[in-house]
Amino acid sequence: MASNKFDVEATTLMVEELRGTFNAGKTRSYEWRVAQLKGIIKMMDDREQEIIEALRLDLGKPEFESAVYEIGMLKSSCARALKELKHWMMPEKVKSSIVAFPSSAEIVSEPLGAVLIISAWNYPILLSLDPIVGAVAAGNVAVLKPSEIAPASSSLLAKYVPEYLDSSAIRVVEGGVPETTALLDQKWDKIFYTGNGRVGRIVMAAAVKHLTPVVLELGGKSPVIVDSDVNLKVAVKRIIAGKWGLNNGQACISADYIITTKDFVPKLVDSLKHQLEKFYGINPLESKDLSRIVNSNHFDRLTKLLDEEKVSSKIIHGGQSDRAQLKIAPTILLDVPEDSLIMSEEIFGPLLPILTVDRLEESFDFIRSRSKPLAAYLFTNRKKLKDEFVRTISAGGIAINDIALHLVVPSLPYGGVGESGMGSYHGKFSFDVFSHKKSVLYRSFVADAPARYPPYSQGKLRLLKALVVGSVLAVISALIGLPEHFGSKDKSA
Amino acid sequence: MEASITELRHTFRSGITRSYSWRKSQLQSLSKLLSDNEHQCFQALRQDLGKSNLECYKDEIGPLKKSVDYALSHLKDWMNPKKVGIPMIFFPSKGEIKSEPFGLVLIISSWNFPFNLALEPLIGALAAGNTVVIKPSEYAQACSSFLADTLPLYLDKMAVKVIEGDADTTQQLLQYKWDKIFFTGSPRVGRLVMSEAAKHLTPVTLELGGKCPVIFDFGSMSSDIQVAVKRVASGKWGVCSGQACLAIDYLLVEEKFASPLIDLLKGTINKLYGENSRNIPRMANKRNFGRLQKLLEDPLVADSVIHGGSVDEENLHIEPTILLNPPLNSEVMADEIFGPILPIITLNNILESIEFINSRPKPLTIYAFTHNEALKDRISTETSSGSIVFNDVIIHFLCDELPFGGVGQSGTGSYHGKYSFDAFSHEKPVLDRGFLLELDARYPPWNAFKMEFVRLAYKLNYFGLLLLFLGLRSYGSYNDH
Repeated sequence: MASNKFDVEATTLMVEELRGTFNAGKTRSYEWRVAQLKGIIKMMDDREQEIIEALRLDLGKPEFESAVYEIGMLKSSCARALKELKHWMMPEKVKSSIVAFPSSAEIVSEPLGAVLIISAWNYPILLSLDPIVGAVAAGNVAVLKPSEIAPASSSLLAKYVPEYLDSSAIRVVEGGVPETTALLDQKWDKIFYTGNGRVGRIVMAAAVKHLTPVVLELGGKSPVIVDSDVNLKVAVKRIIAGKWGLNNGQACISADYIITTKDFVPKLVDSLKHQLEKFYGINPLESKDLSRIVNSNHFDRLTKLLDEEKVSSKIIHGGQSDRAQLKIAPTILLDVPEDSLIMSEEIFGPLLPILTVDRLEESFDFIRSRSKPLAAYLFTNRKKLKDEFVRTISAGGIAINDIALHLVVPSLPYGGVGESGMGSYHGKFSFDVFSHKKSVLYRSFVADAPARYPPYSQGKLRLLKALVVGSVLAVISALIGLPEHFGSKDKSA
Repeated sequence: MEASITELRHTFRSGITRSYSWRKSQLQSLSKLLSDNEHQCFQALRQDLGKSNLECYKDEIGPLKKSVDYALSHLKDWMNPKKVGIPMIFFPSKGEIKSEPFGLVLIISSWNFPFNLALEPLIGALAAGNTVVIKPSEYAQACSSFLADTLPLYLDKMAVKVIEGDADTTQQLLQYKWDKIFFTGSPRVGRLVMSEAAKHLTPVTLELGGKCPVIFDFGSMSSDIQVAVKRVASGKWGVCSGQACLAIDYLLVEEKFASPLIDLLKGTINKLYGENSRNIPRMANKRNFGRLQKLLEDPLVADSVIHGGSVDEENLHIEPTILLNPPLNSEVMADEIFGPILPIITLNNILESIEFINSRPKPLTIYAFTHNEALKDRISTETSSGSIVFNDVIIHFLCDELPFGGVGQSGTGSYHGKYSFDAFSHEKPVLDRGFLLELDARYPPWNAFKMEFVRLAYKLNYFGLLLLFLGLRSYGSYNDH
């Protein structure tokens, strides 16, 4: 918000205060972490209607989608963290190898310190608070910068986060580029960014100054391969739910384009048309069950994709739009050229190109020749095809016979690879991503072998070499004791 | 360079590096390389760093052999997809996490352990099924050319390449798109690596250093004091003359114990390294020698020398040197020392060491010698560092089960054992669904029944769901604007 003036000095001061809280050790206790997680759940319960309203204002998001993908997911994420937190926080005992005998070793999860979370406008509540779940579960202090492109959600977070969470440890900073730049200039112990690759590069470059590790949750063109042997009705429903049912395609894991066979495509298209009408009615621009486009910039970007000469003739369904209401109807395009704009950038909207091939296997090469997507989807009943897809397609995540569902499974890490991002979260992975895994080795003074100290003789090297033949472990146990140099005595060796 | 990189990309795309048998054969060849060429390795290391055969074996060849063996015996296990539980609501479906190779990775290694720091990451990269470029440090020239000459004789030339050169070569390499960059070296170059990586969104592991402190709780050591002092001496002067990221940098002790500790240290140095202390490796190169010499030339630092301090420019040799309370703002206390100089800083109470460490960048390792359990707990929970070792030095480096790596200024990411495999793998979640049992509540048009359904589903309230389906549970109205 323009009125919310946020200068560099104030930023510095705020981070100092947060570091003060962290250094006091307040955020490390189990009780504090639990209180914050419960605070988030309470906020969701108390403010549900206001959140739904804010999402309606920002995105025209249907109540159902808000309840499922934002509030519901967030609450289940908190509930899971609350249930498992004690377990996550426990040091992990490991075998300390024989070299260090007698000793014990463990891996301690410690908070990183002060973390910055920069979130996105498409799921403005979930993508802001789900990383906060991980950050507080791991015992960090955090600053959240919600997206200015979803202003109602941003101000809702700015209003309620301080009310429900410990404001000495968690702050919300609203704003756009200047505020983000001021924040990125500070020293953080982790930066967690959700958005696009262009800004992702800026974030990572800014992180260099303080060698701050980053998590980048980006997007990409997530393909959907459809085989002809599937249960068409179910597959089509799932595709629609995974395209238009996810914020009208404005979701990083939604289906970007489809590849299917030339033979099968007429059936697939018919079924898509039929099912779309059943879901969203004859005039989808009027449907209450579809989000609108977030703003006029994105509306113009999307219509530009459709207006490209070689693309506009390929529209086989939909194509209607209403700029005043920022609505674009579910649109299907058939066989758009590969070098078109719509096939070059992430669509992030209700347009769905379908490409056709003779044999489905050809699509694998096509996907591999492009940037690694955040998700890759395959609908098939053929085991061999599944196996090859999983083995050879690199993507953040893979779902077979469904779309986006892997996002909801907390036992699976969620994140990208290559152009689609780095680092992952959800469930325990959220805790881990905001923790440092510290190795701690406890040694005793019993059984300190005199052989480990110099001066060494030539005989000792011979002993070591003899031991190599026997067992490597035995060798190491001898070696570890010998961190000293061998000196001139071995010159002849 | 262009041609090499294109070839490596091609090899990766062919899929050959993904198979278990390829990975296994590469690791086996690497093991054979180490066995066949032990003597050549010793020679190269002596030439570059003046390391003795024994030090070569225990810090470089030995740990590498151990790591290859460890990787070989666990590889199958690491490669197996991890099955994960899926909530019943998604029945029928199965989920797993599959580790897949990143693709083409760049390993930039450092001169102080020119074999270990190049090949230990290589073990991880090969185990994970990547194609690899290794850029060894030009400051260990003999080792660099050994790697360039020997690796192609043992490993798949189409998948692993050594590219030699100086900073310009590194800069040139960094212009290419890599799927992962693994760097060992200084924070200064680490920043350079990371900012180039940002252009291609390449994830990085940065193995840096920092000032690793020793908290020496003299008062609690009682009869173990002799052993403790020996371990301190070996952790300072016994690893490449302190030219190691893990070496002890400085020591914290209570003031009243400074004098007895120094006496013990002096005696130990004489015992371990001989009267003239010539028996520790020389400095690796003129640059490092000159830097260390300059540290000692600061008049306030020179005044604090209480043992050693003599340098021999011709042989690049620096005597094991102890400083007592050099100024805290001097360079020797500001930067990583990376040489055989040990500053001792005295405190009134050993508890102050926590504050002392916390007011500085996070070190790679904190060493603490103490029998006081409460102090151990406080150090463990109140400080932050890559790792902590109580009552010994360096050995955590050899524990395959412990992740090795820094935090904050001491680096990002970790490796060793399974962690090496993970550092070069993308953990890809795979969810496989069936077509049975489709729940219409997932699909629009939305209504109150579907809303209630989803609420219950999120709570995994299966009984509630059953009631809802049987019409025995009421649901509210759906607010449709």
